[in-house]
Amino acid sequence: MSAPVVELVGLTRTFPGPPPVHALDGVDLVVRAGEYVSVVGPSGSGKSTLLHVLGLLDRPTGGDYLLDGVPTSTTSERHRARLRGGRIGFVFQQFHLLPHRSVLENVLLATLYSGVPRAERVDRARAALERVGLGHRVDAGPTTLSGGERQRVAVARAVVTGPSLLLADEPTGNLDSVSSAAVMDLFDELHASGLTLVVITHDPVVSARAQRRVRISDGLLAEL
Amino acid sequence: MRRRAAPVALEDVLELAETDPPPPPRRRRWRGRPWRRGDGFDLRDLLAEGVASVGARPGRLALTMLGTVLGIASLVVTVGLAQTAAGQVGRQFDAVAATQVVVRPGSVLTQSGEERATGRLPWDAEERVERLAGVEDAGALAAVDLGGAPVTAVPVNDPSAPAAVSPPVLAASPGLLDAVRGRVVTGRFFDAGHDARADQVVVLGARAAERLGVGRVDRQPTVFLGEAPYTVIGVVDDVRRRTDLLDAVLVPLGTARADLGLTAPEELQVRIAVGAGPLVARQAPVALDPGSDDAFDVEAPPERSRAREAVQADLNATFLALGAVALLVGGLGIANVTLLSVLERRGEIGLRRAVGATRRQVAGQFLVESVVLGLLGGVVGASLGVLVVVGVSVVQAWTPVLDLPTAFGSALLGGLIGLVAGAYPAVKAATVEPITALRGGV
Repeated sequence: MSAPVVELVGLTRTFPGPPPVHALDGVDLVVRAGEYVSVVGPSGSGKSTLLHVLGLLDRPTGGDYLLDGVPTSTTSERHRARLRGGRIGFVFQQFHLLPHRSVLENVLLATLYSGVPRAERVDRARAALERVGLGHRVDAGPTTLSGGERQRVAVARAVVTGPSLLLADEPTGNLDSVSSAAVMDLFDELHASGLTLVVITHDPVVSARAQRRVRISDGLLAEL
Repeated sequence: MRRRAAPVALEDVLELAETDPPPPPRRRRWRGRPWRRGDGFDLRDLLAEGVASVGARPGRLALTMLGTVLGIASLVVTVGLAQTAAGQVGRQFDAVAATQVVVRPGSVLTQSGEERATGRLPWDAEERVERLAGVEDAGALAAVDLGGAPVTAVPVNDPSAPAAVSPPVLAASPGLLDAVRGRVVTGRFFDAGHDARADQVVVLGARAAERLGVGRVDRQPTVFLGEAPYTVIGVVDDVRRRTDLLDAVLVPLGTARADLGLTAPEELQVRIAVGAGPLVARQAPVALDPGSDDAFDVEAPPERSRAREAVQADLNATFLALGAVALLVGGLGIANVTLLSVLERRGEIGLRRAVGATRRQVAGQFLVESVVLGLLGGVVGASLGVLVVVGVSVVQAWTPVLDLPTAFGSALLGGLIGLVAGAYPAVKAATVEPITALRGGV
């Protein structure tokens, strides 16, 4: 059995304010290297909070989160930023590409903060774009791309640094079924090549592609 | 399981591009830290990102820079024109004012409000002063009071004639003509001999000659001061100081003393070498009266540099205020646009934070962007300012004067303004929470 990439131990995240909201209520989850996990659940169930905690964008209020065996709940913000840059790749529903930069520059952005040697950055970015089938559009502006292509650029940006974990938040939420299928195929390929994926979705078609499915409701996690 | 410590980079991605499922050990390649000695987000990246962000929108760039460009340009124009103008004024001083010294007997105001002379110019003032270094010519003069007696060319007793105003009579020493830079039109000026012998000769100013109807002096025309006849020996014109000489009848100082009751010279005009002003001003009173050298008022040109500085200070103070206001507006413009761009680029900030940027790196980027904006504005503004200074100088036929530190310094000042203006927006950018930022689009 491969080593765990993600280890959540009794993780809670409570939002203060009357009344306090327990978005995550003692969640235990282990995601091992190379696993493809989908997290489903109705809106308001704590999906996004889980993603933010997994992505080190949010701190849990209780319990612990070990990323690659490194405890993260109490480390400094700077260290968490370094972990984010080096070990986590994000794919968002909104793509989040910089409109005034070329496709290549958008992918390069992820290499800036993650410590990729300068000499390798462009080659890596080109290879990543090649990997998602956009090797011919490196100099295009994101606004000239279709939604599916944009999401593939975002995937290239997420994997260019060679992360331990790819986190996708409703990756097909803004895409039509054809583009969705292309992105899902891409995820399958990434999974096949050994990448660990956690995909958060409410789309049963998307979640069905995952090897392991987890449901979250009312801040509690259950395997499906 | 194999864990590689050495940097593994490009080949990972390239190998992943193969469609075959990789052998199990490959899977480990996604994990760990593939580059131990990689390059972090350093100054080079920071600058590159800042410049790229600024350059991404040329239209906005131009608009944002406008304030700084105008501010820096007006500053450079202000300083440049002030320096140029000071240069011009200085040159005019050189021509006449900077080479002229006037010495008069000192005077004090008594308690009853009368002005009383405290000193007295000696009769040989001209000779005494001419010995000083830096003095080129000197000449004494004094107004002569004829007690209402008319000055005429022909004595005619005509009761019905309207009372004409007589030209004033001035007593002058022989050196005066050169001291006031006059020119003899016809005849000659009187010399030390006329002065010593108290000869009854006069020299007429050009306008006085016209009024008296004296055109030529070869037939020795006579002018009557009251009843006494004086021979006209010359006509002078083109004096640069004491232009009242042109309307006057000039008699030698010795003649005025002997015949017309003059008691002392009233004024000493001295023409000096350029830059000798302070020296002559200090030495002339001693030469005139070693016993009481404080008994004279000396009007001397200030040192050249001091004159320029004084003019420059005046000009600069006024114009600099204008430039400062323009710069303030420029700085506010940058602050405004950068703040706006922070709000607008919340998604980008969130993304950068998500891909590993620290707060400090985000703040640094916005700071660099506004410094680049300011610097660009400064360079463009300074260039524009220099062009305007040169243009105005060409139109006015001046010599453009602008010291280089001012031009380069103001370009840098633009960067400094960008730094100050960008501080608050940068802090704002650093406080953007990635989660909330990522909910909106880029």
